[in-house]
Amino acid sequence: MLVLEIRGLQTHLVTRWGTVKAVDGVSFDVAAGETLGLVGESGSGKSMTCLSIVRLIPSAGRIVGGSVRLDGEELLSKSEREMQQLRGRKVGMILQDPMSSLNPVFSIGRQVREPVAMYHGLRGQALGERAAALLAAVRIPSPVERLRAFPHQLSGGMRQRVVGAMAIAAPPRLLIADEPTTSLDLTIQSQYLSLLEELQRRHDLAMIFITHNFGIVSRICDRVAVMYAGRIAEMGMVRQIFTSPAHPYTRALLESIPRLGARTSRLAAIEGQPPDMAKLPGGCAFAPRCPHVMDRCREQAPPEFTVAPGQVSRCWLHAPA
Amino acid sequence: MRADVVALPEVAAVAPPSRMRNVPYVSLGIITVFVLLAVLAPLLSPADPNDQSLRNRFKPPAWEESGSWKHPLGTDRLGRDMLSRIIWGSRVSLAAGVVTVLVASAFGAAVGLVAGYYGGRVDAALMRLTDATLSFPVILLALILAVTVGPSFGNVVLAIAVILWARYARVIRGQVLTLMHLDFIAQVRLAGAGALRIISRHLLPNTLNTLVVLVTLQIGYVIIVEASLSFLGAGIPPPTPAWGSMVAEGREFVTSAWWVSMFPGLAILLVVLAFNLLGDWLRDTFDPKLRQL
Repeated sequence: MLVLEIRGLQTHLVTRWGTVKAVDGVSFDVAAGETLGLVGESGSGKSMTCLSIVRLIPSAGRIVGGSVRLDGEELLSKSEREMQQLRGRKVGMILQDPMSSLNPVFSIGRQVREPVAMYHGLRGQALGERAAALLAAVRIPSPVERLRAFPHQLSGGMRQRVVGAMAIAAPPRLLIADEPTTSLDLTIQSQYLSLLEELQRRHDLAMIFITHNFGIVSRICDRVAVMYAGRIAEMGMVRQIFTSPAHPYTRALLESIPRLGARTSRLAAIEGQPPDMAKLPGGCAFAPRCPHVMDRCREQAPPEFTVAPGQVSRCWLHAPA
Repeated sequence: MRADVVALPEVAAVAPPSRMRNVPYVSLGIITVFVLLAVLAPLLSPADPNDQSLRNRFKPPAWEESGSWKHPLGTDRLGRDMLSRIIWGSRVSLAAGVVTVLVASAFGAAVGLVAGYYGGRVDAALMRLTDATLSFPVILLALILAVTVGPSFGNVVLAIAVILWARYARVIRGQVLTLMHLDFIAQVRLAGAGALRIISRHLLPNTLNTLVVLVTLQIGYVIIVEASLSFLGAGIPPPTPAWGSMVAEGREFVTSAWWVSMFPGLAILLVVLAFNLLGDWLRDTFDPKLRQL
């Protein structure tokens, strides 16, 4: 069952240097219980895509086109008040930095109780019990005592669990995790990913996982969308992307990851610089760095081509002859 | 018992470093005394502060040659008891200080929170208003009010508060701008909180430290301004005893009757100094980032 359907989403940012097409015609679906990985380098539009879903883009931004449907309901035409009712209740989000994602002046309890009270209208003892149950659900030991703690008394991993507990307080239909494990160390990262998987199973969540770590993608994602310059360059099942990447950018990305036991002594780097988003070349945005570039690439942006069942690539190499 | 175990010298338990260091007890003491004097003025004052007795004009303080303990700090030009007038005067000064600062900080904090939260044009407009306000001299505004509407306690509070809020607005807005970049505000918004909830439940509590420090530091300043206005005749109208107007009344006789100006002046000095030292300590203890204020 599809929870999220995005079609041709376009988000522009108006800057001093011109209009930046931060999200330029992105389309994808996420089903209940499914995890979609969004990968790409910084500035490729991953976060902007997700902020567009909840309509919390920076004030310089405008969603100029497309459609975002959650459980069949169009979000882009909703009023701000309706969106407030929907954030947290239908769409939960976990941000990257656990050090600043909790309010330093309030106890954990007060912060966990706030969304619970908002969503479920609970008060008093029932509210406290629900908050403790949420902390227990994210595997925080002795939750009742932890409710009295303040953010600075908890480790980064613990804080990120608290943020997770608040994000699933409703519980939502869709959970967006924006690099939630980037600032955690490796063992904690692994535990946190297991926790997210567990929460997803329990609540049948649709999940979008933003990362630039392919290891995490292979660990918890079902499908991956590789973004470049505001567009999805390639999308497919995780297995397809790892074993038979089609788009030259995906291939280059995978070759730039160090592997244990590999014979080569040098890592392949992608030539050139990420594009200046305000001055994108006409045609394919990856053309200036692409080893397989053809004349056609510089003139015309490639549409989506299906390269295998469930795998699409925006590259002229895959144009049917 | 093992012989090779070296007995370590016993280490005295060291108290953990406390934030409560160098508590300014003297300042707290002075403030407490004046607050008690103000609250209990009817009980503590030895005489009616407005009781005139022309026969007893310019009596010097008790320890001077012709002084008496009937008027411990002497009497003024109309034979009124100085001590009683200073005690009743503390009501005016403290009330003016506290009321003005509370009004100004409430309004200023609200402006700062709104400007910092909404940013953009709202912020630009409110900050220009703040700049304009800060460029307007308090004393001038109070004089205009006194001349047009007539001097009164309410007008003094109004005149100072109308200008003073801008300082709060500026500092709080700066803090809010920093807070807005932190993920927890984004996280609260992602959880479906509206502007009102974010401002009142999340931004305001994070600026309370700063507000308390500013409020304390400003009380002293307001007491000085109120005294200056009363000195100029634009403040609390006579015969209500106010320290500023008492200093003014005595200035013609400083060479012959120094006590008429000196004691109310000392009272101003003590209270303002106490509030400033307390404010400094609060700032250093709770909000070291504000050191440049």
